[in-house]
Formats: sequence, structure tokens, C-alpha cells
Amino acid sequence: MTMTIPNFDAINVGDEIPSFTTEPVSRLTLALYATGSGDHHPLHLDQDYVRSKGMKDVFAHGMLGMAYLGRLLTQWVPQEAIRTFGVRFTAITWVGESMVCTGKVVEKLEQNGEKCVRLELTCANEQGEAKHKADAVVALA
Amino acid sequence: MLIDKKHIGMKVPPHSVTPTAWQLKWFAKATGETNPIYFDEAAAKKAGLPGVLVPPTFFFCMDMDKDEPFDYIATMGCDFGKMLHGEQIFTYHKPVYSGDTLDFDGQVTDIYDKKNGALQFIVKDVKVSRQGEAVCDLRTVIVIRA
Repeated sequence: MTMTIPNFDAINVGDEIPSFTTEPVSRLTLALYATGSGDHHPLHLDQDYVRSKGMKDVFAHGMLGMAYLGRLLTQWVPQEAIRTFGVRFTAITWVGESMVCTGKVVEKLEQNGEKCVRLELTCANEQGEAKHKADAVVALA
Repeated sequence: MLIDKKHIGMKVPPHSVTPTAWQLKWFAKATGETNPIYFDEAAAKKAGLPGVLVPPTFFFCMDMDKDEPFDYIATMGCDFGKMLHGEQIFTYHKPVYSGDTLDFDGQVTDIYDKKNGALQFIVKDVKVSRQGEAVCDLRTVIVIRA
């Protein structure tokens, strides 16, 4: 699958990149992510364990949300255009929540001789509670 | 109890990982990835890639892919039950693919606290290389609650 890199001059601060909403995070999602990531921590898989710790239910791996935001980036530009990608984990994602992944251009900059944009990315539930806030610098054509 | 800042500079034992197309297929399925270069070896090769493309956040999974990934936290005397993943930052240099052998070399680079020690932060920086060539840097910030 080939993909074109957006032209720097055609992009403006405030532009939004194509967003998506995931299927609700299910126990199956978490089991699949445990296999794919190698993270089998019982907080994400074992309801008996989390109840013994006083929590209501298992919850998503933080890095699952970051992986969704990674997909948001690689659906917009080829992966080799990503220079940096950072996330702050601000809230827990519970089973049953769908993740709304959005991003917008907040800065145009030159970095190491490349024309780049800085994006702010958010992974939130459908009620608008932000779970992860991320920042990425992407090189454009 | 505040973590002793003598641990700043602590080396994390290095390890090597070779990502497999098998594991990346499950990672793609879990994350809803639909672009076959991330899960189908034949499609990746048809696209001119040497293997399945390792997605942006999978470097974290590979960094954790060792027997005791949080040894360095244990050495500091912290309770795993009070540990949270606060931030994760990647800097990318080169794409990597299934079958590449990657070397992970990490170090604790900062320890600080906020709110009079109610929250402590441990920063670990890891350099990932392939046959000596830098491919990615990771910064992991772990939060320890009081």
C-alpha cells in the first residue's frame, strides 16, 4: 500500500487529520493485545485479581491507546515520516469504552533541515474524557 | 520514602529482540490495523519491504520483552503496586522489520518528585540499534504513587 506525504505548503495550523472511533474495547481486545504486546499483566486480564485489589473491572493497557494513536498517524502519513511521538497517560480506559482518536496541526516548523508539522493527538472516550494526550512531529514533502 | 537519586545513571541490563511476523500479526489484530504491510509478510515483500513493518509503539513491547523488565524499579525499592506508566516518548531514526535483530541499551537518566514526594518520577532512556545503527530512542516515565 503506497501513501503520499502531504505537502507542507498545503497544510495549515488548525487543520485536522482524518479521525476514527474504535470498536468498544472488549475483554477479547485486551487478550489479543496481551498476545501481541507480550504484556500479560493480570490488571488487564484477570477479573478475580483486580477485584482482590479493590477495582471494579479490568482495564486497557495504556499502550493500546497509544497504538491507536499510532494508527491515526500512519493512516495520514507513511510511518517513516514520523520523527517523534510522545504520549501522556491521563486516565484509565475501561472495558466497553470506544476510543475516539483525533489529531490536529498545532505548529509548522523546520527541524534538521526538514519541513515538519507538530500534531496534537487525543484518545478520548465518547463522552469526551481524554485518556491519552499525545504529541508528534512529522516530516512533510 | 523518596527514591535515592544515586540511582540516576543506573544501567539497565542490555537485551536483544528479533520481532517476528507472528507476534506482529497479533499486535495488528489487537490494535485494529488494516494495512497489510503491518501483518502480512507476503504483502510487505510485495511492497518492497524486507519484512513486516514494525509499528511505531511496538518498540515499547520489545523493550519490555525480557525476563524482569522492571528490575530497575525493584532495585530502587519501589512497590510495583504503586507504579503507573506516566509518559512514553519515541524518537525514530530508521524503519525496522520482522527478522531484524535489535539491541536495547537503557539507563535511568532522571529521578524527581512532585507534590512533596506524593508522586515520584523515574525516567529511563533506551537506545535501540540494529547492527550498531541507531533506529529508535525510547523514553519511559514511570510514576510511583506514595
